[in-house]
Amino acid sequence: MPNLRDVRRRIRSVRNIQKTTRAMKFVSASKLKRAQDRVVAARPYANRMLAVLNSLILRVENKEHPLLKRRGSGRILLVVITGDKGLCGAFNSNIVKAGVAFLNEHSQAELALTAIGKKGYDYFKRRPYEMREQYINIMGKLEYGEAKRIADFIIRQYGSEALDEVYVVYNEFKSVIRQRVVVERLLPIGEIAGLGMNGSAQLEYLYEDKPQVIFDHLLPRHVEVQLFRAMLESAASEHGARMTAMDAATTNAKEMIDRLTLNMNRIRQASITKEIIEIVSGANALAE
Amino acid sequence: MANLPEKLRLEIVTPDRLLFSGEVDEVSVPGVQGYLGILPGHAPLLSELKIGEIMLRQGDRRVYFFCSWGFLEVLPDRVSVLAEIAERPDEIDVSRAQQAKDRAEKRLKSKDPETDFNRAKVALERALIRLQVAGKAGVGRLGAGS
Repeated sequence: MPNLRDVRRRIRSVRNIQKTTRAMKFVSASKLKRAQDRVVAARPYANRMLAVLNSLILRVENKEHPLLKRRGSGRILLVVITGDKGLCGAFNSNIVKAGVAFLNEHSQAELALTAIGKKGYDYFKRRPYEMREQYINIMGKLEYGEAKRIADFIIRQYGSEALDEVYVVYNEFKSVIRQRVVVERLLPIGEIAGLGMNGSAQLEYLYEDKPQVIFDHLLPRHVEVQLFRAMLESAASEHGARMTAMDAATTNAKEMIDRLTLNMNRIRQASITKEIIEIVSGANALAE
Repeated sequence: MANLPEKLRLEIVTPDRLLFSGEVDEVSVPGVQGYLGILPGHAPLLSELKIGEIMLRQGDRRVYFFCSWGFLEVLPDRVSVLAEIAERPDEIDVSRAQQAKDRAEKRLKSKDPETDFNRAKVALERALIRLQVAGKAGVGRLGAGS
């Protein structure tokens, strides 16, 4: 039978863990709120850009922009967006799993990786894949400039025909308790037309520049926005996942404390009973 | 011309936020070919924007913003500015802009063949406009107060 003092110590340590997980849950909840707001705040820009691209695509003669052209899938870059920290349930491992599945599926192609987030980098750096670039510790304070830098680097590689296709794997933010792992093609840009068709798309505009020029300048920006959106979604998902995981951990800690307290009381009672028996039997022995 | 709209609905958005949304009487933006002034009832227009200042007028009040690359969509009653970077005057870090200006000037003067002159020029322009817009924050506030 375990020692009473050991059980007490155990309860205290579980209680401390519970305090930590509860604090982490609240921190994640407030960060989640902010991350969600940013996802929403990024939407108007992306939507207007899509609408303008849609109206432009009808008017440009030359649709053979390199970012739109399919070149087959001989060389593929996979951008893996994970978090920098753990303690968020299956958040990171789901991404890694999806990434591995993708790589296996495309094993006939020449594969390379770019990791955004430490967890994905840690996993893939030890595997036999080429790690092109890694961006660690940027998810915490996500800025558009960062997404732009990464996207520009990818576009440059793509433009010099060192790559044929670029995919991103990330967690899409569904709700606080639900994330969905998605694999999306970043390049070549697929169908833009038809995505955001609305009234203004049909209008006849005046152009300061040739539509072609604006169109060509907008396409790389579109890629940047797509990547930025994926990163924002991933950041929001991470906080959601961590919040859920920490909530579960707090509940588990509570259950454990209850069980240990019961156990402790049993031990205490047993030892009291034992003492009473000892006294009674001692008294009986004297009486005889 | 009875059906010309009286006001413009202006929206300035950047990738991270909606910077401004409201009714204005006039807006001027740095188009690639030079500054464009837009009044209500303008014909539909699309243009790219370069580094410069965005001015909007509501009655007698003028508000300035800093803008670095973006594009503009004009409809008769609505203007959308999508700027990659846009800042309010009070958000501009004056000392940082000043430093950037000094750095860019030094670089432009240097005879080092390695210097990327175009980049330095863009940096200088950006810093100058930032300082200019930041300077207008004070003027605007004074004007409103008197």
